[in-house]
Amino acid sequence: MTKESSLLHVDNLHVTVDDKPILNGLTLTVEAGTVHAIMGPNGSGKSTLSFVIMGHPKYTVTQGRILYKGEDLLALAPEERAQRGIFLAFQYPTAIPGVTIANFLRAALRGVRGKDVPVKEFRETVKTHLKALGIPESFMNRYVNDGFSGGEKKRLEILQMAVLGPSLAVLDETDSGLDIDALKTVAAGISALRNPQRGMLLITHYQRLLNYIKPDVVHVLVGGRIAKTGGPDLALELESKGYQGFKPATEPGDPAELGGRGSPIAAGGGTVRK
Amino acid sequence: MSTSKPQVNVNEDYEKLYGFHVAERSVFKSEPGLDETKVKQISGMKGEPPWMLQQRLRGYQHFMRKPMPVWANTELLNSIKFDNIYYYLKPTQKQSESWEDVPPEIKETFDRLGIPEAERKFLAGVSAQYESESVYHSMHEDLQKQGVIFLDMDSALKEQPEMVQRYFGTVIPPADNKFAALNTSVWSGGSFIYVPKGVKVAMPLQAYFRINAKNMGQFERTLIIADEGAEVTYIEGCTAPTYSSDSLHSAVVELIALPHAKIRYVTIQNWSKNVYNLVTKRAVAYEAATVEWLDGNLGSKLTMKYPGVYLMGRGARGEVLSVAFAGDGQHQDAGAKMIHAAPDTSSVITSKSISKGSGRTTYRGLVKVYPGATNAKSTVRCDALMLNPESRSDTYPTMEIDEKRVSIGHEATVSKVGDEQLFYAMSRGLTEAEAMNMIVNGFIEPFVKELPLEYAVELNRLVQLEMEGAVG
Repeated sequence: MTKESSLLHVDNLHVTVDDKPILNGLTLTVEAGTVHAIMGPNGSGKSTLSFVIMGHPKYTVTQGRILYKGEDLLALAPEERAQRGIFLAFQYPTAIPGVTIANFLRAALRGVRGKDVPVKEFRETVKTHLKALGIPESFMNRYVNDGFSGGEKKRLEILQMAVLGPSLAVLDETDSGLDIDALKTVAAGISALRNPQRGMLLITHYQRLLNYIKPDVVHVLVGGRIAKTGGPDLALELESKGYQGFKPATEPGDPAELGGRGSPIAAGGGTVRK
Repeated sequence: MSTSKPQVNVNEDYEKLYGFHVAERSVFKSEPGLDETKVKQISGMKGEPPWMLQQRLRGYQHFMRKPMPVWANTELLNSIKFDNIYYYLKPTQKQSESWEDVPPEIKETFDRLGIPEAERKFLAGVSAQYESESVYHSMHEDLQKQGVIFLDMDSALKEQPEMVQRYFGTVIPPADNKFAALNTSVWSGGSFIYVPKGVKVAMPLQAYFRINAKNMGQFERTLIIADEGAEVTYIEGCTAPTYSSDSLHSAVVELIALPHAKIRYVTIQNWSKNVYNLVTKRAVAYEAATVEWLDGNLGSKLTMKYPGVYLMGRGARGEVLSVAFAGDGQHQDAGAKMIHAAPDTSSVITSKSISKGSGRTTYRGLVKVYPGATNAKSTVRCDALMLNPESRSDTYPTMEIDEKRVSIGHEATVSKVGDEQLFYAMSRGLTEAEAMNMIVNGFIEPFVKELPLEYAVELNRLVQLEMEGAVG
């Protein structure tokens, strides 16, 4: 399969925020049916990548491109990206006081499908997913993320993902701020949504989420570029050695090539700074 | 991403729905401007007892003597041309109890405003005021049987002279402020309600105030007394035609909630943008009584209104829940006053304001706790939402707490419609316009959900949104 027709192809992406460069030549390809984990230290550009894929206006793409099913994603508004099947589970979901989850979800489903969803069908769809995620039905009458605990917010993100049924789901630090029980529930919810048509990008600082969701590919993001790409074992390696050994690649290029250059230095080597 | 910003449009259809006018009709119209002779003339035409004339004359003197407020929007206040205002216009010879008897052009106006229809559907009584006088009045028979009195204020002065004399001006005296003084001197119309002990009026009573004539001054006077354990909900609405010259509306509303009574007073103020709306509203709540002001301000050029509750008895409770919307050229200077003068009293103030374009909203509030009002509790929350960079919002909360054993909370937020909120909703497939609409409607939801359903629907319809430059 060529990269042009892949589910997601990020090609030499350079992104700035307020003229400050964050991503510096990031290249990444996600095929349908695969789960990619992107791991990296704070400030490496993980959240930026997720926001750029979704189309946040704050981020400026200065170079490179993002193709989604062969289409130029950067030309589309956020809602058009959602309509084409992209979903972002936010690290810090925003509260919308006064708007019930039921109304929000229904509007979202209408937005994504481009047509009204009959009340009955909507109710049944939601009911099924609520049950699967262990969320009480009364949840639907609460205001979106208003006064929610960290766990409730993340659960709502997964509920939305389940109801909207995207082709590409980007999950930004979905594990952060969760205790172990909440983490298990959320991870089970995500795992249940894996399927051959759907690609997932799990963005995480820690390896622990990957104990519950086994990724097909693991990338290490440092300094706005992929420093190394590997299999699930790479995550375990990071867990034991940390990110200190990785330094950002100095030139844009093939991630596979970068992987070699940015490999971790010998154990105990804490002297190399990123 | 689209570059045109979505717009929340309030009152997009105002011209069509409310801004119309019909041929002016009067059986008497005073000359413009105000002097003592005109005050006497109004009282004389109404055949009032001497004490009321004296009250009016006191009001007139205070009005003339008091300077214009030097706070709020002095520029707009000082541009009021008092000499151009018509202070009294009597549209019909008498009040009707059937819409069929109301003169056709006036009936047509109220038909267009949907008043008779609302009356049939969900109201226990209706009073319709046109210019200076109530032209239509009715109340369900069963309420009459229970001893509920619902009259226009002029009729009440004739039919319930003792009660009116006992309470009139006791909550808001003539010298209270310049505009209360003006109202006292030239008041006409308004509602009088008395709910006897223990009677709970299930359906709302409504008054609708309509200005039709140019340069009109409307000065209704309302007095509501809920006797011990009584309950009543009163709703008022108001609109006016859009003219290039200014009109003046200056009402005085006094509420008296006797022990264990409950009064809920709902206002949907939707004057045209050429109306000055300078209103004094105040309640007294005795032991374990509750007074709630639900105050929606959408229209007018300048509104100054700070509904208050004097919590005079142990356990009395006051609440003000308000929404203000200021579009281009509008200034909504609104707020609340809670005076704790007894132990175990509690108050809640929730103010939601939205300013758009050059619109300006101001929250101005007072919470006062007197010594001895132990365990007083008060919560103040002001949320302001600004839709454009040039929009303006100010908050002036005043707290005067002279008792130590109290619990007082204040929280104020000022926000632009959050880019993060917009992006969150858009990432779920909503267009920017849909997202904006949802956020704004969510913002006013705490107010809307307290309204009777019919008004909630109306308000949601008024606060609409369109994409600038887009079709539909």
